[in-house]
Amino acid sequence: MTGVRLALEKAGISADAVLSVIHGTTLATNALIERRGARTALVCTRGFRDTLRLAYENRYDQYDIWLNKPEPLVPRHLTWPVTERMDVNGTPLLELDETSVLELAGKIRDEGIESVAIGLLHAYANPRHEERVRDLLLRECPDLSITLSSEACPEVREYERLTTTVCNAYVRPLMARYLGALAAELAGAGISGPLLLMTSGGSICSLETAVSLPVRLVESGPSAGAVLAARVAGRCGESRVLSYDMGGTTAKICMIDDARPQTARIFEIARAARFMKGSGMTVRLPVIEMIEIGAGGGSIAGVDGLGRISVGPRSAGSEPGPSCYARGGTDATVTDADLVLGRLEATGFAGGSMTLDADAARQAIRQDIAVPLSMDVMAGALGMSEVVDENMASAAQVHAVERGKVLRQCTMIAFGGAGPLHACRMAEKLGIRRVVIPLHPGVGSAVGMLRAPVAFEVVRSRYMTLATFDAAAVAGIYSSMAEEASAIVRQGAGDVPLEERRSCFMRYLGQGHEIEVPVSGGTIDDGERKVLQAAYDDEYARQYSRSVPGMDVEILGWKLVVAAPLPDDPETLMTAAKDEGVTGSPRRHVVDPATGQMMDVPVFGRESLAPGAVFEGPCIITEGQTTTVVTASFHGRIDRHGYIVLEVREATPS
Amino acid sequence: MSDALERIHLQIMWDRLISVVEEQGQTLMRAAFSPIVRESGDISAGIFDLEGRMMAQAVTGTPGHINTMAASVRHLIRHFPPGEAFPGDLWITNDPWIGAGHLNDFVLVKPCFLDGRVVGLNACTSHLADIGGRSFGPDAADVHEEGMFIPPMKLIEGGEINRTLMTLLRANSRVPVQNEGDLYALIACCEVGEERLGDMMREFALTSLTGLSDHIINTSREATRERLRSWPSGTWSNEMMVDGYEFEIRIAARLTIAEGALAIDFADSSPASRYGINCPLTYSQAYTVFGLKCVIAPDIPNNAGALEPFSVLAPEGSIMNASKPAPVTMRHIVGQLLPDAALGCLHRARPGSVPAEGTSVLWDLPLRGGFGIYHSSGQTRFALEMVHNGGTGARPSSDGLDATAFPSGVIGTQVELAESVAPLIVWRRELRPDSGGAGRYRGGHGQIIEVGSSENATLQLAAALDRITYPPRGREGGHDGARGILRLSSGRPLNGKGEQDIPPDETLRMESPGGGGYGDPSARDPALIAADLKSGLVTPAAAKRDYGYRH
Repeated sequence: MTGVRLALEKAGISADAVLSVIHGTTLATNALIERRGARTALVCTRGFRDTLRLAYENRYDQYDIWLNKPEPLVPRHLTWPVTERMDVNGTPLLELDETSVLELAGKIRDEGIESVAIGLLHAYANPRHEERVRDLLLRECPDLSITLSSEACPEVREYERLTTTVCNAYVRPLMARYLGALAAELAGAGISGPLLLMTSGGSICSLETAVSLPVRLVESGPSAGAVLAARVAGRCGESRVLSYDMGGTTAKICMIDDARPQTARIFEIARAARFMKGSGMTVRLPVIEMIEIGAGGGSIAGVDGLGRISVGPRSAGSEPGPSCYARGGTDATVTDADLVLGRLEATGFAGGSMTLDADAARQAIRQDIAVPLSMDVMAGALGMSEVVDENMASAAQVHAVERGKVLRQCTMIAFGGAGPLHACRMAEKLGIRRVVIPLHPGVGSAVGMLRAPVAFEVVRSRYMTLATFDAAAVAGIYSSMAEEASAIVRQGAGDVPLEERRSCFMRYLGQGHEIEVPVSGGTIDDGERKVLQAAYDDEYARQYSRSVPGMDVEILGWKLVVAAPLPDDPETLMTAAKDEGVTGSPRRHVVDPATGQMMDVPVFGRESLAPGAVFEGPCIITEGQTTTVVTASFHGRIDRHGYIVLEVREATPS
Repeated sequence: MSDALERIHLQIMWDRLISVVEEQGQTLMRAAFSPIVRESGDISAGIFDLEGRMMAQAVTGTPGHINTMAASVRHLIRHFPPGEAFPGDLWITNDPWIGAGHLNDFVLVKPCFLDGRVVGLNACTSHLADIGGRSFGPDAADVHEEGMFIPPMKLIEGGEINRTLMTLLRANSRVPVQNEGDLYALIACCEVGEERLGDMMREFALTSLTGLSDHIINTSREATRERLRSWPSGTWSNEMMVDGYEFEIRIAARLTIAEGALAIDFADSSPASRYGINCPLTYSQAYTVFGLKCVIAPDIPNNAGALEPFSVLAPEGSIMNASKPAPVTMRHIVGQLLPDAALGCLHRARPGSVPAEGTSVLWDLPLRGGFGIYHSSGQTRFALEMVHNGGTGARPSSDGLDATAFPSGVIGTQVELAESVAPLIVWRRELRPDSGGAGRYRGGHGQIIEVGSSENATLQLAAALDRITYPPRGREGGHDGARGILRLSSGRPLNGKGEQDIPPDETLRMESPGGGGYGDPSARDPALIAADLKSGLVTPAAAKRDYGYRH
């Protein structure tokens, strides 16, 4: 709150002039990682007590026979079965035995349970038993916090639905207290506008939604960065974009099509092995789909058992930080390499608040890389930089292939403290021909939050194939989802016209991945079957270059996004002067990654580059929070938004 | 600087090749149809030099593909010398003795061209859902009863697809459209590999892979030898009995480590079975080396160099080296047990270096209904493999993992999804208390699954399960894990192997085995025993019996 008051003072704005407060918090994420949530119990269907522990029955690392899997958030002795069973269509096979529920009330009191997750089989198809369990428990224990799987995640696949439900239950009391107190303090400070919260899906939601479904707030920080990139993409008219955000410990990569970040419905929280797929808790919720790589300015380099340079995922963070920070760190980090290679200037780092120690950087690289590999310090630094760029490029490439995207057709939007330093080299490795560096690239996430729409996404599972398509059922699903989602969006957006986007998840009968296919707006009738078949064939052919005629298609779930209009865009266009070549006044020695030779290159201050300025690589552009390295294969200009736009020179073969 | 720069480039190119094979693997997984591929990543992809030496391979779900591929390509280039290949050629086979051990696994190999010259090869393998024959199960009398056999052939010649072969493949499958989809996924995988390999070679101005290949293979070989030299030299033996089909199987392993090389010989093991649980040698080699590599050199990337110091022998005609035309469809039931046999030798070489024995074989339930004589009864026609596991062995300093796949890397089936796609009701899926072998560290627990028809119809089970008679053994005083159990709700036991019916009024109940324990149970930390009691996974009676524990 002190920060809010200071900001208002500094900006000279009175509290009652604040229209709304948008808040992004890591509290839910940290509570899950550090296991600081409520004492939580899980009520499950009899016979299925170990769903969380059985998980996928696999090891997340094929060759590691020593690994341990994360313990479930709810231990087995607090996982309580009740007698009941729904079938796949939501028809009860066994009615709920209410005495088995009432017996739990005593246990809840004895065990000091604060929050209960209710996760019964096939509850997404019929929530009646879950709702009855909730009502019975609330009658006995009125103060209990309760999360139903049919509300937190009404989708098929019990492990993921229950994990989502349990994560929500686990952080709910904590988040309710925190958000309630924050809202009260804001009101006390005279701010009457609504408190809105940033979600993992890149939208913002109301306080009420955040209190009942706090699991949707996890990992909202990185998603804000992608929201910023999406707005930049929209302004530049870029329809296919790779968003690349590299900070101190990690790099985050996200695909953005038509100014909308790629979203997913599945996501891992609190990985046991930080960057190892499968080592965390898998939840199903709307999330901006990004990959996070252990590659940042603070990533630590070493030499592995095969005499190869390794970089990350271990990071020196910001304390003690890279060796060149001279705060006690002695590890060779990516930032140390960037300094040795001439890409960073020792003076003027972090907006001038810090002077880097180049000798310390050289010493760290000598000791950890150059000596073990018998090469000189410059080669060691170049090797580190090439390896980290290759790691990021490779992760981006595999991510794109998994999504059916072709990176060489994309424009890269690069930001974060270290993104603009490595962007051109990454682009060269990926065959990307255009790179955009937006304004204030060092603080992307905070700006992004101001650009997020109020929106809510719901998905319901209702299995059918195109052959058994049931228009009435689908219409019913959409009308109930629309009612639910609109009410939630109106809490945050008020009485504005709302936009609805429908889609569904389809695959060939028995195939691996579902693909998302648009569903018509308005009334759904039998004609929709044909519409969906055609849309599916198109989308499938687009992603896999062919469709498979004569094969039935199954539909696993139905999705609806209800969104309020985007907030107004405060950025104004600058009048672009005629293109004008500029030459940098100071010059600096920088290593050419292709030859390993030192080059003498010009340095520009970004503030001195007006819209219309054009310049040739190699050169360097400095600004407060970061530095842009333009390699020899690129040339650049400043566009009318003030963005740096770098393009591969036509003469240079890619 | 230029020498250093060259070394940096070699590393970057090596990293790039690993990324290319991952990309190939993802391409294949995304477009594949066969359920086992999507659920378990039952595929592989790799890049090879012109001598057929494997340079890089994708890390995917199943060891059975991982190391067989290295041998497959060497076989295929004997049939099709790369020097005689044309751009746009693509070779194919499902020969179990060349490929991955049974007819369902198809291996495709593509000679890769750069500027009109052949520079390398890439290969991929995937499990196709159905290739005719008796369908997935162990009951065939020979490989010809198991389905359609494709010797090494050209699937594509100079860019022209072999329509005759495609027509035959379609006609010989119960799911022709899926199979065709899977074949196109394999073709796409090879094409991606060729394109990306070309990109890399152009970026680094390479005209040949030889120098890079030497670097990768020499580095990996020497690093692996170095690891082996840190082990004691000598010879150690281990024997393990497992259930088998018509007779119990003896797996006898004799392992020698000397001068940075490891050799293991399965002489004196049981002869081949008359049923389809036999392994072609290439498959036995794949699983054995995978298990050894997990202990000895898990971090060294998989390639011809990393594999070279390991050799695996088995006498021809034994169950680990069955000759054509022995039936082999369910060869994984024996293959997955070989790491336990090999690790038992390593334990003697260096006690404390390996876990106790685990369930090791998949406890999967291939269920079908509505086929054959049941087709006209109105029953829904379906085939679903519910993939499940038992407990893994306890480690020298931690408990085993509950219901977890090892050495396989498969993913378990979720109940709600199984019930969505097949007319089944799963009445129970829970851990099995007291099944993990007692020890200072306890074996992982198995699980109990009860499943029946939702249509009151007969179900058919094609079982290939093991460790029902012979349990996973403990080490260093640790107790054995619980034996597996397979029976009907009436109590009638079922055979661990073979096709059997589940009558409409009954359910199937399986209890998968627990892993073996490690160390004397009396040395177990009482806090761990108390935690097990609290969770209910160890009962008070068992705690008293096995640990002498009184609350």
